[in-house]
Order: sequence, then C-alpha cells, then structure tokens
Amino acid sequence: MDKLLIKNGIVIDPLTKTEVKRDVYIENGIIKDLPAKKPTGAKDGVKIVSADGLIVFPGLIDMHVHLREPGYEYKETIKSGMKAAISGGFASICCMPNTNPANDSEEVTRFLIEKAKNLDLINLFPIGAISKGLKGASLADIGKLKEAGAVALSDDGNPVEDSALMGRALLYADTFNLPVISHSEDIKLRGKGVINEGAVSERLGVIGMPSIAEDIGTARDVILAGYYGVKLHVAHVSTAGSVNIIKQAKKTGAKVTCETCPHYFSLTEESLLDYNTNAKMNPPLRTEMDKRAVIEAIQDGTIDVIATDHAPHAKDEKDDTLDAAPFGIIGLETSLPLTLRLFHDKKISLIRIAELMSLNPAKILNISGRGSVSNGYIGDITVVDLNKKWQFTERGIKSLSKNSPFIGEKFKGKSSFVIAGGKILKEN
Amino acid sequence: MSFQKKDLISIKDLSASDINYFVETAKEFKKISLKDIKKVPTLRGKTVVNIFYEPSTRTRTSFEIAQKRLSADSLSIAISQSSVVKGESLKDTLLNLEAMKPDAFVIRHSESGAAHFISKITKASVVNAGDGINEHPTQCLLDIMTVAEAKKDFKSLKVAIIGDIYHSRVARSDIYGFSKLGAEIYLYAPHSLLPRITEYGGGKVFIAKSMEEAVKNADVIIMLRIQKERASYYFIPSIEEYRNFFRLTPELLSKADKKVMVLHPGPVNRDVEISGSIINENKTHIFKQVENGVAVRMACLYILIGYQKLNG
Repeated sequence: MDKLLIKNGIVIDPLTKTEVKRDVYIENGIIKDLPAKKPTGAKDGVKIVSADGLIVFPGLIDMHVHLREPGYEYKETIKSGMKAAISGGFASICCMPNTNPANDSEEVTRFLIEKAKNLDLINLFPIGAISKGLKGASLADIGKLKEAGAVALSDDGNPVEDSALMGRALLYADTFNLPVISHSEDIKLRGKGVINEGAVSERLGVIGMPSIAEDIGTARDVILAGYYGVKLHVAHVSTAGSVNIIKQAKKTGAKVTCETCPHYFSLTEESLLDYNTNAKMNPPLRTEMDKRAVIEAIQDGTIDVIATDHAPHAKDEKDDTLDAAPFGIIGLETSLPLTLRLFHDKKISLIRIAELMSLNPAKILNISGRGSVSNGYIGDITVVDLNKKWQFTERGIKSLSKNSPFIGEKFKGKSSFVIAGGKILKEN
Repeated sequence: MSFQKKDLISIKDLSASDINYFVETAKEFKKISLKDIKKVPTLRGKTVVNIFYEPSTRTRTSFEIAQKRLSADSLSIAISQSSVVKGESLKDTLLNLEAMKPDAFVIRHSESGAAHFISKITKASVVNAGDGINEHPTQCLLDIMTVAEAKKDFKSLKVAIIGDIYHSRVARSDIYGFSKLGAEIYLYAPHSLLPRITEYGGGKVFIAKSMEEAVKNADVIIMLRIQKERASYYFIPSIEEYRNFFRLTPELLSKADKKVMVLHPGPVNRDVEISGSIINENKTHIFKQVENGVAVRMACLYILIGYQKLNG
C-alpha cells in the first residue's frame, strides 16, 4: 500500500475556500483524512515529504496545451510536454487536437491515452475535434470521441466558421455532456493579420488583426450557446471587448465560461516592437487597456480559468520574419510564476489561483475527483515555493521548443514538485 | 357522434373524443379488410384524387386500397407526369382539378402547410397525407389505433418517441395525438434533432436524458427514421455514429415494460435506428400498423365525405 504524508504545508483548498497549515495524507493515490494515529515515518510504511514553508495547491490543470504528437514530434512530444508541465507545476494537461493526424477519431484519442499511461508521468486528458479533420465542414464522430476518453471538443487554432455547424456541434455535444471549447474569431476579418491592429502594427508596417475579429467571434459563439441553452467555454480571451461580451452573457444566465492566458495579462503589443516572433501568437498581444480588462476579469470572476495555450514551434520556424513565423508561444513553464505575480502584486489571492488553475478547469471539463485537497479526491498536488527567486533561461527550458517571450525574465515563486496520483514528480 | 369539419389537416384540430371517433370507426372498417370480398358500396359515386408531390409507397398504396374498398372512384396523380413539371403553381393545379368536381383530395407535399393551403382553395374534403415536417395525421391515428387494440387506457401510458424528432411530421402528430389521450411522452434524440420548444398544448411531454431513460418502463416505443442527408447538414456526424448511440437494441428494449409495443412509421433503416433482429423476431407492430393504416384511411374518407353529404 502506497502511503504519503505531506507535512506542514499551507494547504490552499478552493472547494472549501480555506488556507490552512495542515498535513495532507495520500493513500493509494487518494487523498484521505489523517488516520487517528498520525503516521510518523518509514516504520508505519509512510513516505514523508516536508512542505515546510511551502504552499500546497490541488494539482494544477492546464486545459489548453498543444502537444505536437502525433505528427510534429520535432516541436514537442507527449513526453517532453509533460516534463515541461511538471517543471511548471502541472499535474494534469489537456491536449488540443490539431496534431497530424488530427484527433478527430477514437483511434488518436486512444493512442494519446495509451501513450500517456505508458509514460506514467502526469495526467493527460485529450480534447477531440469538433469537425472532421478540423476542416469545419462536418461533425467529427463526437460520441465515439467521448467513449474513447476525450474530455472536451475544440477546433482550436481556427474558429468553426459556419454558424450552423457550430450551433449543431454545441447541441450534439450536449447530448453527450461534452464541453465545447471555442476558438472565437471572425477569420475573414482577421485576414492576413499577424499582430494586433493598432499603433504597433502601423509602426512596424505589418498587417494587423483587429481586436473586433475576436469580439465578433466571441459574440457569435456566446449567442449560439445562449440561444440553445448549452455550455460553451471560450478559449484564450484577450480583448476588453470579449471580456465584456462574456460578462454580459453570464449575467443573462448563459452557461458560458472562459479562459485567458498568462501572456494576455503580462504583456502588450509593445513586446513586438523589435519584430520579436517569439511574441507572435493568435490571438495576439493587445493593448494596455485590454491587459487591464483581462486582469479585472480575472479578479471579478468573469474569467474562470488561466490556461497556457502552450504552442511549441521549432527554432528554425520562429527564426523568420513576423509575417512568416508561425503563431504561438510555449507557456507551461511560465504560467504559474506569471500568475503568482498577480498574487505578489496583491491583485488575487492564492485561493483564487487554485480556482483558476485547478478547480474550475476540473469542473468545466467534468474531470471528477480533481481540483480540491479534500478527502476522497485524487492525490494530485502541486507544492509551490512562493518566495523562490529564479530566472527563466533558454537553457532551463524543459520543453523541446524554446519559443517564449519570457526568456531572461526574473520570477519570484516556483513549483517545488508535483504529485500525480500520489506519485512525486520533479523536473527541476 | 360525428365530426364537424370537412378536412383532416392536423391532429391539433382534433379533440380526444374526435380521435376516439376516428379510431372506433376504423375498427369497424377493419372488418371489411378481413372479409372474403373486401368491398362495400359506402362511397359509390364519390371521386377522390390522390396528389403525391413526394415519393411514397406505403401511404399512397394504403389510401388507394382504402378508396377501392369503399367503392370510390379514385385516381392518383404522379407529379412527375403532371403539369407541375411545366411550372404550374400549386394553386392553379388545384383550381383545375377542383373544376372536375372531386369529393376529396388526399395530398402529400414536401412543404409544411400545403394541405392547409389547399383546404382553403377547394370545397372538397382534404386529407393531409403528410406535409413537410409538420404533420401526418392519418399515421398518428393508425398508431393510436394499433396501441388501442392492445392497451385499454392511455392515461398512464409511457410513450417514448426516439429519433429525428425535429424533422418528423409523424412525431409532431403523435406527440399531440397520444398526449391528448393522456399519455406521457418521452422524447429522445441527439440534441441537434430535438425541437427547440417542447410545449404541445399542455400535453405531458418530457425530454429524456438518455436513451435508457426514454425506454425504461415504456409501454410504447415509436422509433423514427433517420435520413442519411442529415449528416450533410451537420445534424449528426455520420450514420455509423447514429447507429452506435441512437439505435434501439435488444438490450435497451429489455429495459422497457414487458408488454412494450415497438412502432415505426417506415421505411425502416435496419440496424441504423433499430436492430434488425428486433424486427426479425416479430417484436414490433410495424405490420399491424400498416394493416390498420387502410382501416384508418377508410374511416377518414367515410367521415369527411359523410360530413360533406350532410352539410354540402
């Protein structure tokens, strides 16, 4: 019998909204109340780890990750992605379906789950495609994806342009209680844009993507979900407009949730002033005003989740002009430290962080037994040193790709280790 | 008892006692089909025109046989060989046919409201033999008749209707018909194929959360046909997926009431919406439905043309 005792940590539990110094006991991978006779060590068959002066979160969940396997293993494999995730403090990651072949079938979903099982590191929850081949022309076999183990559906990377297809996808997925994650964007309005349309795109002389391309997409998807009375999760919200639309929709009772990514509350379009392709992603970095709106939305509950949109690309691919370089940045290893900045700046509490990065993703994706440090929950834990000062360097990156705008950044706070299903994992 | 309308357009127009009147009359007419000489002179000298704007085997044959057994002079217009292909409007076609003084029209049309539209143009009786996704009242009456032959009371009856409810005129008529008689209706379908509003004039209509919930302890299960084209319009991913998750299987059927009646309006896609073995093992009432269809259509023509006789 595997027994583990995490001693003296400050336990942050978002379910009970408590922040208490206590021990956490895990038996056979499940969190249990402490036995009457407190275990003292090896002679009771209990492994003891000290969390003295550390913070104990429920295992963090990143619900928006692009692993590049199968198909683009030179950018990232399931294994390298998981190592980056462990280093960043995640006990669970959800992988988007835009691989090659795309995850639009039970075969690919089963391959991912099987592969993760064999690696025996952290939890992997595959997200299936909404449309066959991510082409936006017909529905993927959604029931079969669910049966194979997909936890959600998304055509992320591109919006489902056809409103009838999106509407029916929402309805059909609702039959199986499978959440749909939208990449909300008006793709024609985005056009050939590569960064946010505004002062910076004008100054650099590159084609911009208007923020309203996201707003219009968000509005459409939120209206569809509201009309049909079904759930929708909006991915990577980056504009004040989208935040507002979602806020209003929530007020009217629409079953809408959303996420933002650390770069949208940490950086602005200014990061692109030297044509930095490692700051190119879609949606793009926006203005100071958008950044402030995103932070406010994290504070007031409009934004439910912080996810990374971890999008690895090889060095050679990013080593190009702003026009040609692919969209996307890695994020697994900087997500928690960037979010902790909001805590250090007294903008959000640790309990709120645990909601944003663990409880809410678990709830939205119906991943049962995760998101809380309480009796009966799965033994997924992230232990964090709030005060550890460190620098994010290219050499230190665990991900196979190094495309991050945060290289060189100094941080305060880092995950010390991760426990997944009662098993301790370290990548530092 | 009598029926005070010249047309049968919609089950919505019928009261519970109207429905019972049609079914009771049909039961009488059913006896004729069981005789050696299957013909009575009831509608001798009456002219009935069948206009089928949509392909149909069962319904059209059923109406034609009903007319012959009642000795009506009947003819069927095949739209592919008519002036409609020359561009004549529905209204003009009907006005021309009207001039030949028929007593009744039986109309099947792909457009919802077609039978209603025609009933306003003509003095003849109009029987709706299916209009678009709207209604198929004679199908509903024959379904009710089939169930009524085995079940005395509809009050506590659980009726599950499963399949492409959104596009089904049979479902719309059946929901109204069975609920008017007091049955509880449970609908199940991919949510993309459910109607947006499930308010049917105060009937007890529920959306089941699963196929299992729909069939559990059901007294009647009405399975609907899924059309392959639905996948092209995103309502379902594929026929394969539909077969996997929305087919009535023997396992599911075993959860229903022991005396459950399985109905299907036809044509059946075997092993898509219903396992072929359920049909092969005679666990459905499909052929009983077809048999009763003739009787119901005889009753409809008799009642409607009879009303004309009294009031015309």
